[in-house]
Amino acid sequence: MAESGSAGREKRGMKKLWRFGGGVKLSGHKTVSDPAKVQRAPLPKRLYLPLRQHIGAPAEPVVEVGSYVYKGQVLAVSSAFVSAPVHAPSSGTVIAIEKHTMPHQSGIAEECAVIETDGADRWHPDIAPLPRPGLLSADELRARIREAGIVGLGGAVFPSAAKLKPPRAIDTLILNGVECEPYITCDDALMRSRPEEIVRGLLLVQRVVESAECIIAVEDNKPEAIARMRDAVEKLRASGVGGSDAIEVVAVPTRFPAGGEKQLIKVLTGKEVPQGGLPYEIGIVCLNVGTTAAVYDAVYEGRPLVARIMTVTGPQIRQPANFEVLIGTPVQDMLDAAGGVVSDAHTLIMGGPMMGTRLPHGQVPVVKASNCILVENAALADRQPAMPCIRCGTCATVCPINLLPQQLYWHARGKAYDKLDRHHLADCIECGCCAVVCPSRIPLVQYFRYAKTEKAAQEARDAFADQSRVRMQLREARLARLAREQEERKAKRKAARLGKKKTKVPIDQAGPATREMAGEAREVVA
Amino acid sequence: MADAQSMSERFSSSPFIPASASVGAVMRTVLYALVPGIVLYALLFGWGVIVNILLASISSLAFELVMLVVRGRPLRRYLFDGSALVTAVLLALALPPLVAWWIPVAGAFVAIVAAKHLYGGLGYNAFNPAMAGYAVLLISFPREMSIWAEPLALAEHPLSLAQTLVFSLAHQLPDALSFDALTSATPLDYLRTQVGLGRSVRDSVGAPIFGHVAGLGMEWVNAGYLLGGVWLIYRKVISWHIPVAVLASLACISGIGFVLDPQVYASPLLHLFGGASMLGAFFIATDPITASTTPWGRIIYGAGIGVLIFSIRAWGGYPDGVAFAVLVMGLTVPLVDQYTVPRAFGARARHGDG
Amino acid sequence: MSVIVLTLLGLVFGIGLGYAAIRFRVEGNPLVEKIDAVLPQTQCGQCGYPGCRPYAEAIAADEAEINQCPPGGDAGVRALADLLGRDPLPLNPDNGVAADGPQMVAVIDEETCIGCTKCMQVCPVDAIAGAAKHIHTVLNAYCTGCELCLPPLCPVEKCIVMAPEETSIREWKWPSPEAPAARSAA
Repeated sequence: MAESGSAGREKRGMKKLWRFGGGVKLSGHKTVSDPAKVQRAPLPKRLYLPLRQHIGAPAEPVVEVGSYVYKGQVLAVSSAFVSAPVHAPSSGTVIAIEKHTMPHQSGIAEECAVIETDGADRWHPDIAPLPRPGLLSADELRARIREAGIVGLGGAVFPSAAKLKPPRAIDTLILNGVECEPYITCDDALMRSRPEEIVRGLLLVQRVVESAECIIAVEDNKPEAIARMRDAVEKLRASGVGGSDAIEVVAVPTRFPAGGEKQLIKVLTGKEVPQGGLPYEIGIVCLNVGTTAAVYDAVYEGRPLVARIMTVTGPQIRQPANFEVLIGTPVQDMLDAAGGVVSDAHTLIMGGPMMGTRLPHGQVPVVKASNCILVENAALADRQPAMPCIRCGTCATVCPINLLPQQLYWHARGKAYDKLDRHHLADCIECGCCAVVCPSRIPLVQYFRYAKTEKAAQEARDAFADQSRVRMQLREARLARLAREQEERKAKRKAARLGKKKTKVPIDQAGPATREMAGEAREVVA
Repeated sequence: MADAQSMSERFSSSPFIPASASVGAVMRTVLYALVPGIVLYALLFGWGVIVNILLASISSLAFELVMLVVRGRPLRRYLFDGSALVTAVLLALALPPLVAWWIPVAGAFVAIVAAKHLYGGLGYNAFNPAMAGYAVLLISFPREMSIWAEPLALAEHPLSLAQTLVFSLAHQLPDALSFDALTSATPLDYLRTQVGLGRSVRDSVGAPIFGHVAGLGMEWVNAGYLLGGVWLIYRKVISWHIPVAVLASLACISGIGFVLDPQVYASPLLHLFGGASMLGAFFIATDPITASTTPWGRIIYGAGIGVLIFSIRAWGGYPDGVAFAVLVMGLTVPLVDQYTVPRAFGARARHGDG
Repeated sequence: MSVIVLTLLGLVFGIGLGYAAIRFRVEGNPLVEKIDAVLPQTQCGQCGYPGCRPYAEAIAADEAEINQCPPGGDAGVRALADLLGRDPLPLNPDNGVAADGPQMVAVIDEETCIGCTKCMQVCPVDAIAGAAKHIHTVLNAYCTGCELCLPPLCPVEKCIVMAPEETSIREWKWPSPEAPAARSAA
């Protein structure tokens, strides 16, 4: 169901766009970190590679502590469908595989491979561009994408190879260069510095999903990036690269969260992803620009995903900038590379201000999902106590999923999980629009996150209770059976003892065992 | 490093954006929006309304202070959030301009202490506090509450501020004036009596108490409220659903009545600009705590209010029905909200299997 | 006339009730199942009954109050109150305090274990694996934290203790914004 007439024709600004309901206009702060330059981050002394940097099963290590690894060498793999391998981002020695604090609000530690870099940054000798990429089949491309450890770099880190194997035909491939969160400029920087690689990667992905049309969406506050992308598409079209005339670069109105997958699909196609479903169900696949650049690197350079562009920004960092950073670099190293922190009254956030996660401290590694380190004033993490809800309903006006945050708030406080289901708590994308507009300054998103995890924990507890009940019943049944058998044995022994004395039952009326025993007794007596 | 220890003390989640909205800002905007109406009211009816506002505000804040102390709530946060002031002003605007001082004070008591704090305070009250106060006053003191000041255009000797204060506090009038000379029935009350006596509407609205389309003076005050209300919608403090629904349904049902029997039922314009229609539509029915919260729910709630206003005015026992209409429709809000949950993004029958 | 009508009505309803009593008869007492479904199945015995099912039967028979179960906590008391249409009571402190914080599981120090099988025999959900004179170990996935296996049952000092269960990031729960740790000075 591709939009008729849009494939095969470039319509500058003429593509019909829809609006998604809700959303807020935010101060962008996009000039704090300059997207025109990407600095090379200094090579860190140690790299910490979590074995799970993606949605799905963690990868299992395939190297031993003490072994030397090259840049790009495989460190861990998994055979699960939804999973991705982990590669060494630089050459050095694996000094440990141990638990390390994760860049997550909880501060929980999970397994990491720790590499002490040797400074040479040597690529593995086997890494080379794939021969004749133009002739690779969809399956081969998908296998390569998986081998390269590519996951969605927009933040959801869904293993891309699994995403590119949808169970139905895909009509539209969308490239998400919207970057709607304030402060973040890494995608902008990528689009300005490597537009051709992005488009070539997109064409590879198009071969995998066989979509009729491709749309590259960029927010209209990035005119430079839009121009560069359009030039790159034009250049490829002029040189006759296959598939490039089905690509269209579209500027979407700046409004948070226009970069959310569901919202972007609505804006570009007018269709809504079904509740609880995924975009492939309506024939659409959506990828981040960074992901397709990684696909380009994997195929045309033969390199796995070991680095990404990351913005280090915020009012509390001295020299905000965009960096090309190796996965596994400690965040503290990046803060130092950006000139250091202005004062102690700061808070570290991985991601943007609307949906980012607070980091417990700087000794956590950069992971594949790290698009930004935002160093904000500590006061922002310290919410003022909330006033009571005055039921103004502004939250519902801005919700991009058209939910009723007010009702979700009341029911979350009351732990009424059935009512939360009826108000579609599971559909909440935790974008934060409701909390930003609330006059009572209620931390709505935290209530929803709390309710979601409480509900999941409750369901887990219920399942555990059911399991315990079953185990207890089996145990009681077993004990009862053992007791019964013991009783039977006792009865038999007692009967045997009685059978040795005078038996009152006439012998021809007794049971066979008794007769046998009586016969034995007679022999003994006799 | 500062974060490691403080994580456990100051746990919070995104969004990390400096807060710009506040309850105080919302309440202040509502007060600003009332200014045109209040100014016109004072110009056209005298100082009475100003005195009432002052008395109601002072006593509301006093009662609020007492209740906050009794309930152990933080004073600075709640005393100055503006909600008590808004309640006080709305209550004062509903009262007759020339009343004894204890009427607004008693109204403030019912509104703040009973209708607001005894139900749980800000955000938890089940009934609109200002209207609850007004309704209790109306039922308890019907005589005092039904004697309204004449529009200044008709009054022979308008009272000065000092004279108004003296009247309010001590019930003393300047020697030359009698109470009857200053007061008269409201236009709606007059209309109801006349229609009850058998006279037609057309004849009745010719009386000097009526202005161009509705009550003399009051029509301009209502225009002032309309202006303020539209500004309130523009500032996104209230949504358009409730005011439009109230006014549209009131206009429709009074229009039907007017078409069917113009002798008995007044014109829609009179209904829209007479009495407390505009004040009710933009400021009272939209009280967020007691109104519906879903878009369709708001329209149903507003439409119900409009119908009830007309019904009470045409067939009910009171000349103006805004307060009761709002209170009664407020009762239906939880039910209406439950059945008007908006369609969530992507909620349609899925094609194929789930 | 009214006598006839009332008599007829009585006959009709009586026949209907009798039919329903036979046609819709339910075996056993389904209330016990419903109560048992609400209880947390820790099988610890803190309520004074040897397991959750006997406690459920006691509640159904009106022999026990609904506030005797510490692992269920106040939420459990309220759930029982809702189910039975009674008023919720505060948790009986004589039985212990409600569990607060992470789930606790038993952990055996394998160096100290003498293989006496006492803990294996008492565990109500068979969560301890091992054999006589062989090392025992607690299977975390099944341990309900009932604490029946702790000393004085276990004859060895410091062999079996309760320790908090580790949570992974996937199982981590967001704290409520109203939790004390979240309140901060303005």
